[in-house]
Amino acid sequence: MPFPFSAIVGQDEMKRALLISAVDPRIGGVMVFGDRGTGKSTAARALSALLPPMLAIAGCRYNCAPEEADRCPDKCAEKRGAKTAKVPVPFVDLPLGATEDRVLGALDLERALGRGEKAFEPGLLAKAHRGYLYIDEINLLEDHLVDLLLDVAASGENLVEREGLSVRHPARFVLIGSGNPEEGELRPQLLDRFGLSVEVKTPQDIEQRIEIMRRCDALERNGAAFAADWAEADAKIVKRLAKGKKALPGVAMPESTLTDAATLCMAVGADGLRGELTLMRAARAFAALEGAKSAERKHLRAVAPMALRHRLRRDVLDETGSTVRIDRALAELFG
Amino acid sequence: MSDALLAAELLAAAPARLGGIWLRGQGAERDAVLAFLTEEFSDRPLRRLPVHIDEERLCGGIDVASSLSAGRRIEQAGLLQEVAGGLLVVPMAERLSGMVAGRIAQAMDAGAGFALVLIDDGGEEEVPPVSLTERMAFWCDFEGDREKAPSPPPSVFPSEVEGPRANGSAHVPRLRSGQAEVGSAVGMEDRQTLANITLALGIDSARAMLFAQSALSLSAQIDERDTVTDDDIQFVARTVLGPRATRIPQQAEDQPPPPPEGEDEPPPGDSDGDQEPHDPDQLDDLILAAVLASIPKDVLARIGEGRPARRSTGAGGAGRKRASQLRGRPLGARPGLPRGGARLALIDTLRAAVPWQEIRRQQEGMDAPKRLRIRKGDLRIHRFEDRAEALTIFAVDASGSSALARLAEAKGAVELMLAQSYVKRAQVALIAFRGTSADLLLPPTRSLTRAKKVLGELPGGGGTPLALGLSAASELAETQAARGRTPFVAVLTDGKGNIDKNGQPGRAQAGEDALAAARRFAQSGTQAVVIDISARPQPEAAAIAAAMRARYLALPRADARGVERAVSALQFGKNA
Repeated sequence: MPFPFSAIVGQDEMKRALLISAVDPRIGGVMVFGDRGTGKSTAARALSALLPPMLAIAGCRYNCAPEEADRCPDKCAEKRGAKTAKVPVPFVDLPLGATEDRVLGALDLERALGRGEKAFEPGLLAKAHRGYLYIDEINLLEDHLVDLLLDVAASGENLVEREGLSVRHPARFVLIGSGNPEEGELRPQLLDRFGLSVEVKTPQDIEQRIEIMRRCDALERNGAAFAADWAEADAKIVKRLAKGKKALPGVAMPESTLTDAATLCMAVGADGLRGELTLMRAARAFAALEGAKSAERKHLRAVAPMALRHRLRRDVLDETGSTVRIDRALAELFG
Repeated sequence: MSDALLAAELLAAAPARLGGIWLRGQGAERDAVLAFLTEEFSDRPLRRLPVHIDEERLCGGIDVASSLSAGRRIEQAGLLQEVAGGLLVVPMAERLSGMVAGRIAQAMDAGAGFALVLIDDGGEEEVPPVSLTERMAFWCDFEGDREKAPSPPPSVFPSEVEGPRANGSAHVPRLRSGQAEVGSAVGMEDRQTLANITLALGIDSARAMLFAQSALSLSAQIDERDTVTDDDIQFVARTVLGPRATRIPQQAEDQPPPPPEGEDEPPPGDSDGDQEPHDPDQLDDLILAAVLASIPKDVLARIGEGRPARRSTGAGGAGRKRASQLRGRPLGARPGLPRGGARLALIDTLRAAVPWQEIRRQQEGMDAPKRLRIRKGDLRIHRFEDRAEALTIFAVDASGSSALARLAEAKGAVELMLAQSYVKRAQVALIAFRGTSADLLLPPTRSLTRAKKVLGELPGGGGTPLALGLSAASELAETQAARGRTPFVAVLTDGKGNIDKNGQPGRAQAGEDALAAARRFAQSGTQAVVIDISARPQPEAAAIAAAMRARYLALPRADARGVERAVSALQFGKNA
């Protein structure tokens, strides 16, 4: 039984980032930095469990939505008796030792050898389509796999051209990576391609720690009752998300906010346009989530650290952390 | 009853909730725990996991060999499915690869319901993957100093083994069926105590805290008590929390915790205004004493040096060499089964099978179905050439004779190398020699964050045990080369050793020992450079370089960038 999203103690920034990425998946994935046992995967799992079931062609190996079924390599919509069904939003946990074959999909060995047929066996990317792909310890993952994942996440499509196969299928998912920088760092180029990043830590506050123990104990003792206790709070979040999604296209982006975004990126030295773009998108998604009509400076402020902290050019010999640098710039520019 | 045996008893009662037990070190007590667990799980699945298990056997999948001979799909269940609800024993856990550990951790997270026993023979260098130890409640260390432990002397063991087993049959089923009342014994105050201990010890994983809570309640239940006593709390502090400590409570009072500037978490008081409950004085003295007594000495030593408690040395060396079947420059195919991550080379497999088709069909009889006949021996897998990961080992003379400024430059060079390391697929390690010893301050790493932490505290001053420094460097280079890495050693020194290989002062003996160590180094064939950092280049350093068959470079005025450029040019200019 997944832990209810609203029952997670503290970790407000992580929860906010996950909600923002759910409102606007185009922002790109979320990178979560933090030590083990800080509730990273619990939060990601909880979010995917929270989302209302989605409509898909029943039994399709690619989780095709009815409206995109014509692009399905299996031609799932044309099969006899193809029906649509509500399926839960997928949450795929990518194992550390995963091979390229498992991730991309590969030649179906059984059919190739047994019947001499050339068939494609979809991989984890197909399984994660329209849902979440969670990678724990992404910093320990083979570089070439990370490259590949980010590429698919950005293009929304998995293109396989190997072993005589030529398959193309939609693969849109929110990538959630997590890792502890002390155990190996992620290349800056890769970091830059994550939309948002957050730093999590187990609360250092005694009351919160007690609350964590109390809630986990309640879940163990009676899972159903615990879920019922939090159902209302969870339902509120679902509502907020749905409202935000709907409102997103209508949220205005005033000139003054754009100027703020540009000034801030210049001030902290965030490389490239991607930072600015993400900052604007995240501010708009956050405004939609808050029910605001336009994205204002306060929304920008709230999302600036998570949109920019992983994009600052790092000076090896300067110890100041990225978050501190952004906070300082925010205080200087906007008071 | 000893702590480890009680822990094992609780584990048998609630395997999935407690995750498992990590047994580090050897001895009679460890064997007693294993014997007890084997007995307890005799009616449940119990599997041993060989360290080099392949993915199919671990997670299940198609059994290629029997599928082929049968002509239909034959699946095999993986070890992780077979062991559900039982006990998975991992011998030589310190050698477990990151890949296997990742799969086990995933199965545990998904609720496979087994408990894990990590048998770790100990040793300084290697520890089991953190992804597993993190997911198990009990950490029991049987290495070394027994006298500090409040547990009874080992002589009682034979009878102890009988103890839990005799009444275990009474306890265990009761607890197993009594799962619904889980946690009923743990009250608010007990949680407060646990929260206090975790904060005081700097334990930041919520898992540790939750394991402590479960163990606490089970420990009360097994004695059929409704409330938790101090004994229960002390037991949990010794077996679950103490070994995970990252700081020492008393020091938090007198002085700021040892970790250096920057990245480390702030002391607990900083995060909020509520100071009082964090005060270690609030903890019951007895509990605190129990906690302190339970922290293994090596953990204490590491905390003292500002290093984090036991970290895994990385993804594990075992997987490195096999990676050559997965990526790199294609080298063509060779016969073999597509398992363990190796990919089937389809075209080559067919090519191998085609000549035999006619004969095979005839063997099967004239009315045999028309299909391709592929036998196990036809299978070909891809091979790739994978360049070994490079490792730069800095051996730095941190003695008084090398000016302290030199040390700062070496540190800067290490950090600069690390900043580049991702691009070059390289790791960096640092050995410092001063006084009477040579220490591996930074085990091979790619993490700049970790390096900064360690280097911030690099001490300087004292004599120059050059021989020890060179031996340490060649030892590290050889063990790393055995793991498929390509080491390169950069020695920063003025070449004037004055401490011999036994740690005794004396320039003449020290010089001879250093030269001997240098000659032994040359036999390993490791590429190296000696960077002379004295203000006026000396013949001694050049002599050492010659004996090591290493390059010699005098950089009297080099700064961090200069050192980094020189080392990079020599190392990657040759290998790239």
